[in-house]
Amino acid sequence: MLKVSKVLERGDDVAAESAQERWRRLFRKETLRPGSFATMSSIPLAPVYGPSDGEFPGIYPYTRGVHASMYRTKLWTMRMFAGFGIATDTNARFREIIRAGGTGLSTAFDMPTLLGLDSDDPMSLGEVGRCGVAIDTLADVRDLFAGIDLGNITTSMTINSPAAVMLALFVAQAEASGVARARLGGTLQNDILKEYQAQKEFVFPPRPSMRLVRDTIAFTAAEMPKWNSISVSGYHIREAGSTAAEELAFTLANGFAYVELAREAGLSVDAVAPRLSFFFNAHIDFFEEIAKYRAARRLWAKWMREHYGATEERSWQLRFHTQTAGVSLTAQQPEINIARTAIEALAGVLGGTQSLHTNSMDEALALPSEKAARIALRTQQIIAHETNVANVADPLGGSWFIEELTDEMEREAEVIFSVIDKMGEGSMLEGCVRGIEENWFQGRIADSAYELERSFNSGERVIVGVSDFLEGNDDTDLATLRITNEDERKQRARLQQVRLDRNTAKVQEALQRLRHEASDASVNLMPALIDATKAYASVGEMMSALADVFGRYVEVPTL
Amino acid sequence: MNTRVLVAKVGLDGHDRGIKVVARLLRDAGMEVVYTGLFQTPETVAVAAIQEDVDVVGLSMLSGAHMTLAPLVVHALRERGSEIPVVLGGIVPPQDLDELHELGIAAVFGPGASAEEIVSTISGIVALSA
Repeated sequence: MLKVSKVLERGDDVAAESAQERWRRLFRKETLRPGSFATMSSIPLAPVYGPSDGEFPGIYPYTRGVHASMYRTKLWTMRMFAGFGIATDTNARFREIIRAGGTGLSTAFDMPTLLGLDSDDPMSLGEVGRCGVAIDTLADVRDLFAGIDLGNITTSMTINSPAAVMLALFVAQAEASGVARARLGGTLQNDILKEYQAQKEFVFPPRPSMRLVRDTIAFTAAEMPKWNSISVSGYHIREAGSTAAEELAFTLANGFAYVELAREAGLSVDAVAPRLSFFFNAHIDFFEEIAKYRAARRLWAKWMREHYGATEERSWQLRFHTQTAGVSLTAQQPEINIARTAIEALAGVLGGTQSLHTNSMDEALALPSEKAARIALRTQQIIAHETNVANVADPLGGSWFIEELTDEMEREAEVIFSVIDKMGEGSMLEGCVRGIEENWFQGRIADSAYELERSFNSGERVIVGVSDFLEGNDDTDLATLRITNEDERKQRARLQQVRLDRNTAKVQEALQRLRHEASDASVNLMPALIDATKAYASVGEMMSALADVFGRYVEVPTL
Repeated sequence: MNTRVLVAKVGLDGHDRGIKVVARLLRDAGMEVVYTGLFQTPETVAVAAIQEDVDVVGLSMLSGAHMTLAPLVVHALRERGSEIPVVLGGIVPPQDLDELHELGIAAVFGPGASAEEIVSTISGIVALSA
């Protein structure tokens, strides 16, 4: 039964459909999840509260959420990011997830793979299979997805510089297993701009990198209707030290840049915008984070509709994933990080996130242990199933404080947009690239990180267990995960075997074609990449062939 | 003369927030700081440290490769006849500390190390090795 509060029903009806009427119509169409939607003491709850002439969830500009019913239809997705060792190890984990009812896989790659290096590259020493799974050739991708029907599961791949190469490997593996590319559903992170700004896993200079992004957008738009081409990520910008407003503004500006890039490739804003999703940080300043998410939705909707002329509602709706803030965790008294993560996760939920990853308590010490990762997931489950916070959409909306903070976030972001727009002389795409080339983003992030650190060092801000409340810091018996170099040895041997078994002439021919097509910016590189992966060219070889044409990016070291 | 420090990122780890903040804090404390930039090898760091005639090398590692890479930097320096001390900051599990000291790392700074602690430890190490 639909329960609408008395406050909501008091509004005067007008001839044209009001936001409230439209919301009610949308809400009635939703199938609600089972549950009573009442407080613990049985007080019935409306799906949303507010004045009849106010903003409503599911209604432009979506400040209060992208869905009319928000979590009453579907809770957020508890998407825990994982990956380790060699492909067969991660495959076993994937199969476990599927057996347990999971419908989405999220792949973490190791550092060499993320930087387009083979496992036997001298620079890969000590890093193979450590922070994620090691992928060198199609043989590894076959092992990674062995026994998994890629047509019936969605796959998220967190990879940026070699995103086009990984997409090619994924398509090649799917087709070899009999699944047409049109049936593949999933997401590539593929957000190269934030790599130069913050995460620093870059290979080529910005402009040729953007050409690769363009090729993946155009290819997936034409051939993979169920694929999300980019997850525009502020998470790493914030972790690198930006303020909340900078995270918000830089991320949305990057989103605008990708929309303009797609437009240059001949795609309409309505063809690309619905395929972009976002990824934000949930830091420890509870209300500021909630205001950030609310402002993000409102800003994106306004810019897509008013500035870029999008006409589809899906184009206006900013959907996002949230991860709690790794930088907020302390190595001292690591167990108290559970409390920090719970508060941050709650901000993500009250801010209307579509999916959430909660960090483990031991991440300031090591990669997470299984127990620590389980507690992190349990934290989300407590929020979802015990606290009742998912019953009402945007529960903090209408608070004078939250509304003013949301407006302030919006104002600060608009100021930053105008600076980027000026750098690009009217183009956000050009502004983002120039801002990177001129070290503007990187400099602002480093300045903000330094200011914050100074405020910690001056005693102006307290960190529990670090600046104050130190009793218990000597208790260091937490068991952390240990990773050996055994996987590195195994993966190198495996790559060597693939190199022996493949047809070298075919590999050379495929790489030559890649170089040739890379030198013509009008060509889409995806077909050549897919063919190269089928010849068992390695990730390192394909990226090197592209670097022969594109060059390699060296960041000028600045402090 | 002011203490000279080379701060370096070795290997594939792109996390550069910590190293940039620490570099500025060391400058605030009157030290001269040189930053190598990202993606260095143990050899390039050793050569740069010797050329720049620094008093101490500071490594920043957050990817978990410190047990492999940090000792290689010490080795690359000693191989070139240099006794420049090497300190390390980043995500380092407590059980690695003893082994790192045995492998020649002069000090390790974990998350939350204060500016004061870093500056005074480095000053102490430089005074000892002078």
